[in-house]
Amino acid sequence: MSVVSAANPTYRRRRRMNKVMMAVSTLALAFGLFWLLWIIGVLLWEGAAALRPTLFTQMTPPPGGDGGLANAIYGSVLMAGAGTLIGTPIGILAGTYLAEYGQRGWLAPATRFINDVLLSAPSIVIGLFVYTVYVARVKHFSGWAGALALAIIVIPVVVRTTDDMLKLVPNSLREAAAALGAPSWKVVTMISYRAARAGIITGILLAVARIAGETAPLLFTALGNLNFTLNVNQPMQTLSLQIYVYATGPFDEWHRLAWASALVLMGLVLVISLTARWVTRQRYGRIR
Amino acid sequence: MVASANTRLRLETAHLTALFAQHRAVRDVSLLFPANTVTAIIGPSGCGKSTLLRCLNRMHELTPGASVAGEVLLDNVNIYAPDVNPVELRRRIGMVFQRPTPFPTMSIYENVAAGLKVNGRRPKPEVDNAVSRALQQAALWEEVKDRLHTSALDLSGGQQQRLCIARAVAPAPEILLLDEPTASLDPAGTQRIEELCHALKRLYTIVIVTHNMQQAARVSDYTAFMYLGSLIEVGRTDELFTKPKVEQTEAYITGRFG
Repeated sequence: MSVVSAANPTYRRRRRMNKVMMAVSTLALAFGLFWLLWIIGVLLWEGAAALRPTLFTQMTPPPGGDGGLANAIYGSVLMAGAGTLIGTPIGILAGTYLAEYGQRGWLAPATRFINDVLLSAPSIVIGLFVYTVYVARVKHFSGWAGALALAIIVIPVVVRTTDDMLKLVPNSLREAAAALGAPSWKVVTMISYRAARAGIITGILLAVARIAGETAPLLFTALGNLNFTLNVNQPMQTLSLQIYVYATGPFDEWHRLAWASALVLMGLVLVISLTARWVTRQRYGRIR
Repeated sequence: MVASANTRLRLETAHLTALFAQHRAVRDVSLLFPANTVTAIIGPSGCGKSTLLRCLNRMHELTPGASVAGEVLLDNVNIYAPDVNPVELRRRIGMVFQRPTPFPTMSIYENVAAGLKVNGRRPKPEVDNAVSRALQQAALWEEVKDRLHTSALDLSGGQQQRLCIARAVAPAPEILLLDEPTASLDPAGTQRIEELCHALKRLYTIVIVTHNMQQAARVSDYTAFMYLGSLIEVGRTDELFTKPKVEQTEAYITGRFG
């Protein structure tokens, strides 16, 4: 009787503690949301003021001139797209090896370790690396070099999430499929990939969002270009490079365009995420 | 048609030993599973009965460090011979596990059709027929026929286990291996699975692992008692439970140990 009554001191202490912890958690949530909403708010306020249709049709302007972001948008989409297309298959295949086939031997643990190092490597180091092994050899900056640096950033992110998500798939499902006479490649494609799909796609999206905003690895590779070019062998502009150059420049018009770049960049990432989620939405339940 | 093809089928083990690294989980077991009968393997936990079962469709070797010595003969062919493809072998031998394992991303229909799909593409009417036949054999058809394309996870535990039986029989295997299929079910679900064993032995040779002796007595024609990896005694179920020849068997079935 007294065990459950509100007068029980132990029970009252637990209730008090529960309230305190709930309050602390709620505060932490509010703290995080506050900064996030502030950032989005400022971005919308400043960016929307600079938003005009000509942003998407005109080139970046010289000092004092008027212009848009067409070359930067094109460069961002192209380089982030190429980086994702190169990095994702490699990342998924490597992650699949680690989770599905790498139970024995030293190769998988070693790969996992090196991958984690690569995952946390400063992106400017990756830019320097691509500069050394590619740009310095061919003797010019290019969109390809930028895409290559971004692909190297994508790979470890996708490897890690693919590995982690596949390891969450219960082994009993693999056994059930094997008992049906499924060869191991079919167990992976029919069972593991389908069960882990949402997680793997989230990993790819994280990687896309990250490289879309990367600036440092592009400084020595894509370099930036104030003229429009479709030639991937030439230096190329991206939205992130645009923000870097224009936000630190002395002209009001440049600052305005930097805000617009930031807003367009965020919109781009949002659209990519929503589209990918919609295209790959799951019909039935996820793994539990 | 399936039944007549099955009548001469022979499955037996000859001096079968199964190892996990150095540990011998099954020791020198020689056992015959007559066609179109239910054979129960009983014994206390850890006696090697599940491992023995997993040797019969070469699932044991999928565990890292596991190995097998001796032979398992299916129609006088050693399934451990180097030219036997374990993947194709498993298509002839269906298996149902202790816990229901419906594929979570698939509908009821897709789950049952999964075993047909791994065999390559087939015309849709053929798959439709196989799915409804399998669900009828598993006594699940009436309950799910109107929602074949909904998630398999919405079924109850007992229904999920019958779905797994339907999935196992859909590719028309010759042998059905049941690894404690009622361990996670309530009495009603258990009874339905046991009734299924009776109905299905007309079509398949069934081997069931259980640590429930009443269940073995109810469903099986033959019972094998294992202890510490060795086969202690095997015989007709009614004889083994009433007149066991070995003292250990008698001690186990009367509840004095295990």
